[in-house]
Amino acid sequence: MSAYQNMDQMTGDFYTQKFEAAKQDGTLIINMGPQHPSTHGVLRIVIEVDGEYIVRAEPVLGYLHRMHEKMGEVQTWGGFIPNMGRVDYGHAMAWNWAYVGAVEKLMGIEVPERAQYLRVIMTELNRLTSHLLWWGAYILDLGAFTPIMYAFDDREMLLDILQRPSASRLTYSNFRVGGVQMDMDDKCIELIKAFIPHFRDRLPMYHDLVTENIILRRRIEDIGIIDQDMCRRYGCTGPVLRGAGVAYDVRRSEPYSVYDRFDFEIPTQDSACSAGRYHVRIAEMEQSLRIIEQALEQLPGAEGSHIVDKAPKPAMKPPVGEAYFAVEGARGKIGIYVASDGTKTPYRVKLRAPGFSNMNAFAEAATGTILADAVAILGSLDLIIPELDR
Amino acid sequence: MNEFIQNLIPLVVAVVGSMAWLAVNALVLVYCERKFAGHIQRRPGPFEVGPHGVLQTLIDGLKLMGKQLLTPDNADRFLYWLAPILSMIPVLLLFMPIPYGPVLTGMEVDLGLLLILAFSSFNGLALILAGWGSNNKWGILGAARAVAQTVAYEIPLLLTVLAIAFMTGTLNLTEITAQQAGHIGNWFIWKQPLAFIIFIVAMFGETNRAPFDLAEAESELTAGFHTEYSSMGFGLFFMAEYGYMVVICSICSVLFLGGFHGPIPGIEGWWWMLIKTYALLFLMIWARWTFPRVRFDQLLNINWKWLLPLATFNLLATALIMKL
Repeated sequence: MSAYQNMDQMTGDFYTQKFEAAKQDGTLIINMGPQHPSTHGVLRIVIEVDGEYIVRAEPVLGYLHRMHEKMGEVQTWGGFIPNMGRVDYGHAMAWNWAYVGAVEKLMGIEVPERAQYLRVIMTELNRLTSHLLWWGAYILDLGAFTPIMYAFDDREMLLDILQRPSASRLTYSNFRVGGVQMDMDDKCIELIKAFIPHFRDRLPMYHDLVTENIILRRRIEDIGIIDQDMCRRYGCTGPVLRGAGVAYDVRRSEPYSVYDRFDFEIPTQDSACSAGRYHVRIAEMEQSLRIIEQALEQLPGAEGSHIVDKAPKPAMKPPVGEAYFAVEGARGKIGIYVASDGTKTPYRVKLRAPGFSNMNAFAEAATGTILADAVAILGSLDLIIPELDR
Repeated sequence: MNEFIQNLIPLVVAVVGSMAWLAVNALVLVYCERKFAGHIQRRPGPFEVGPHGVLQTLIDGLKLMGKQLLTPDNADRFLYWLAPILSMIPVLLLFMPIPYGPVLTGMEVDLGLLLILAFSSFNGLALILAGWGSNNKWGILGAARAVAQTVAYEIPLLLTVLAIAFMTGTLNLTEITAQQAGHIGNWFIWKQPLAFIIFIVAMFGETNRAPFDLAEAESELTAGFHTEYSSMGFGLFFMAEYGYMVVICSICSVLFLGGFHGPIPGIEGWWWMLIKTYALLFLMIWARWTFPRVRFDQLLNINWKWLLPLATFNLLATALIMKL
């Protein structure tokens, strides 16, 4: 019987009804979200459970759809940059970079060396804040309240640092076509230099407190297998893909900016489970520290400009054409395609959000697990809902 | 008639006393928990209301009472409101047979231990009714978990308590305390170390406290069985939870840590009982703010595959030694 025949007897919206049409006997259909503590915002997942076992799961998106792509078509090229800070509040710098990178490619602008390094430093610091946010929230999902406080302790220091060159603490929009908006002052560099050894000391503590905990390990090991084959089918990137043993990182495989000058590793795990993704992210934090350290050493002096001379105004008119630029965000490959028809506003802006692809693997990974595992899997994908819906 | 009144008066006094004790404990304990949690998490905890926030729980209680009592549309009204009451009332009775001091016993009952175990089972029933009555899918899942959990964890708890009863030959808590008089070496923790450990673990399961707080697992089931409760409906569950914590920690100190007897002869009094109970309570709070939550099947595995066989073994060993 079709789901639409006896509408009056059915409850719930279109998605629930569609789900209900294929319901098995003795199961319960529940909505996890849009308001649910562990969906981190307004992701909604319709789940059919048999007892506590998940028979089917289906994410429903769109509760935080803000039409960023459409906004791109009505705003000026420069005026679209603040939108990028709001697509993914976790790793806003990477989105900034992907967009200005695409526009620079379109206009053929060569960014000054100092600006390149400043971008690297800020993006990597932002990656640390993103991973710390994820780490705390993930452990919170698994029922331990305390680690997020420790993570935010360090994150607070990072936000204080990032506040200086960007004048904001979460939704950064300080990248400009041709460079960055503000230079980094000496005090900021001092703070970063002090932060690196501090954080190196803290990471082992995180391991001791949390990673080795037997309850945590039992909760995440061998749970939520997303293997290479699944990653290929769904287009997963970032820590999800690296957690499945594929050393794919845009910073290494398609080096952009000055990333080819740094010596860093691409951490991978072969287990393909939640624990694998967990360890990849923790290891990535260490690698980010290494990159920042090297970038600070190589940072050209103050005489190097932080933005290109005669930087284009917000109402710039790039030549007719199209460009695609990809960077490695905290959640995976961020790709932005821009097309220009030679006017003040972009003809088309297409955002490739890594979280969207990663999230789609959830339904398959969660099938057959129990409800508590669904939380563990969902958390391990590190979803930022505004990024999924864009 | 005269005799009846003579019996009645102490009983009423004891009930009123245990109500006051429960309320004060809930206030103090919630404050302690929040303060303790705050310091674990590198923050000061409640700080605004009163010096160092001591009045915070009082104000929170008032706020909770000021909220509207909501009943969901399709809820079973009777069961829905019966549940918090059923959760709360038995706690008052549970304090009765516990000897808090040489003279500070609500009512000396020969079957005190049995009474406590029997009435504490009401909590499981209350959780089922709450989940079922509120007509909420998360509530039902929480209730289902609560049933499986409380039923499972009651068994090892019972078996460890039985081992003590075998040893002492009585179910009277005052009598059990008396047998541990003297010095620290007489405490049953030395004679029954395995039982003590099992009791501690089962204690977490029985009171639905983290890491075994599956019935209300916040990040999984939003709030489990009390998802729909507002105002004092939730408040009663909350108070009952803290009440059960105090009861079970008190029993633990009576059974294993010598009750109101001090570690050296001669200094006995209610303060020892208080210190021991609160030390155990702090252990529970500490665990809650440190560990992640276990998964449900793991929780049951711990019980059926570890605690139950160990408790059975402990009981048999005790019986054997007693026989010899």
